[in-house]
Amino acid sequence: MAFKARFYLRQTDFTLDLDLSLPTTGVTALYGPSGAGKTSLLRLLAGLQRPEAGEVTFRDQVWQAGRRFLPPHKRPVGFVFQESSLFDHLSVRRNLAYGMKRAARAPDPAQYDHIIELLGIGPLMDRAPGQLSGGERQRVAIARALLVRPQVLLMDEPMAALDTARKKEILGYLERLKSELNIPLLYVSHNADEVTRLADHLVVLDRGRLRVQGPIRQVLADHDILGSLREAPFTALFGRVVSPSTTHRLTEVAVGDTLFRMPRQPVRKGQDIRLHLHARDVSIALHRPEDSSILNIFDCRIEAIEEPTPDGQQLVHLRREGTTIQALISAYSCAELRLRPGREVYAQIKALSILQ
Amino acid sequence: MGFSEADLTAIWLTLRLASVTTLLLLLLGTPLAYWLARTRSRWKGPVGALVALPLILPPTVLGFYLLIALGPEGPIGRLTLSLGLGTLPFTFWGLVVASLLYSLPFVVQPVQNAIESIGARPFEVAATLRAGPWDCFFTVVLPLARPGFLTAAILGFAHTVGEFGVILMVGGNIPGVTRVISVQIYDHVEAMDYDQAHSLSLAMVIFSFLVLTAIYSFHHRRKTGGGRYGL
Repeated sequence: MAFKARFYLRQTDFTLDLDLSLPTTGVTALYGPSGAGKTSLLRLLAGLQRPEAGEVTFRDQVWQAGRRFLPPHKRPVGFVFQESSLFDHLSVRRNLAYGMKRAARAPDPAQYDHIIELLGIGPLMDRAPGQLSGGERQRVAIARALLVRPQVLLMDEPMAALDTARKKEILGYLERLKSELNIPLLYVSHNADEVTRLADHLVVLDRGRLRVQGPIRQVLADHDILGSLREAPFTALFGRVVSPSTTHRLTEVAVGDTLFRMPRQPVRKGQDIRLHLHARDVSIALHRPEDSSILNIFDCRIEAIEEPTPDGQQLVHLRREGTTIQALISAYSCAELRLRPGREVYAQIKALSILQ
Repeated sequence: MGFSEADLTAIWLTLRLASVTTLLLLLLGTPLAYWLARTRSRWKGPVGALVALPLILPPTVLGFYLLIALGPEGPIGRLTLSLGLGTLPFTFWGLVVASLLYSLPFVVQPVQNAIESIGARPFEVAATLRAGPWDCFFTVVLPLARPGFLTAAILGFAHTVGEFGVILMVGGNIPGVTRVISVQIYDHVEAMDYDQAHSLSLAMVIFSFLVLTAIYSFHHRRKTGGGRYGL
């Protein structure tokens, strides 16, 4: 029971040629640089755009095959657009009612209340879309899409138009959504943070073609994929909480055989969590620093060093047992320390964040 | 200054003609405007040009071809004769047909512009919220493009009221049937009855000024005001 799609579509800047089998549970992120065809794919799935050739089967329903093309209003999808898409002539309440009234199976009052509460839009009901902030508008748009009770929710970079604070806010709501509603989510993003926080399954596109897809842990473990796609290089690590709070009020997380320490976090012992390591927060020393305030210092081996970026930085891939992390350092330091592949060094991690 | 019995008949006829024409144009012009606004067909250009033609053509040219087409030997004339409706020139409905063509761009273009300015997004949003094309038209397009429809109705009405050349060609000058205000003024001037011509002309100037004032202040208010919703 999968979500199978095959599309061929010539665009001006690339040709989309995809044959996908997507999961129908959890969060699937469609990831890739801009112009990769992520948005086109989502629009093709929703029927908002017609491919030159294509087939779509969702579970046991055929949405497109040969000459058959189910129009978008007959597909059981919910769609959240990149920018505010609320109807300006309707209040928030009537925007929400618009899809609900037309849905094949309307939500019952309890489900309605739950969705309103989940997205925190109860107090906004009688406002006009023009009176809402960007984040509020997107929350209403998400609720509106959920209230048609779609069998799959498609989201096209729902946070692209928001500032960092609003992004964080929406991301929090999406995480609640993921854990509390049992609805498959297809999420387009070119933001690595969002993807690692939300996704269970990762589909990486590049210039209209599939580069790789699979469970996120597996895809992120693959170096080459990550290396060529990141905008702000980072490493996602999958660990387990060893001790939520030591006597020094630190949280300890084991990633493989490596123990990471960080200021106390609201986690449980034994909980599986994702750690996020920005390459810019990792520095390199040739000798173990003896008197440093940094909590996490590990000995590693340099696996590879990338070419310097135009702004004079170099990405260094470090390996420690089964784990790979990246450090973004200046090309100057790289030359000064005479770093080269195979050399043993120490990685100092200034900051890490917990994603779940 | 006052209106004679004949003036009042002409005014009443003109208002009747303009109302019927505007109503029919909104009904017939809207699908055309919708198609022009949404289509990606290569016929969009030629059809758009055809719609705009009455803006450029001398009314006498339009009237001349209409006279031929509607006459007993013309294609439309033959059709109306075979349907037992007689021929349309020099009748009220002949004037209506002529006015439909003459005022077509004044209704189609504002509606087309209004629909185009909504953009594609609301159509897509409505579709993902399970609204079919008709449903979308009445619940999304119509409310969002309402200023365009209002402008179209006012312009179509006012332009039909101001019609002269086409009417003279197709309708002639029959009191109570085809003698509209502009023709009545022409008659007054021909008869050197300048006082009567003054009253009607001034009435037309005031009417036109009020119509345009209404449209401009309406658009100005929409641009500056906000927070209007929930029809």
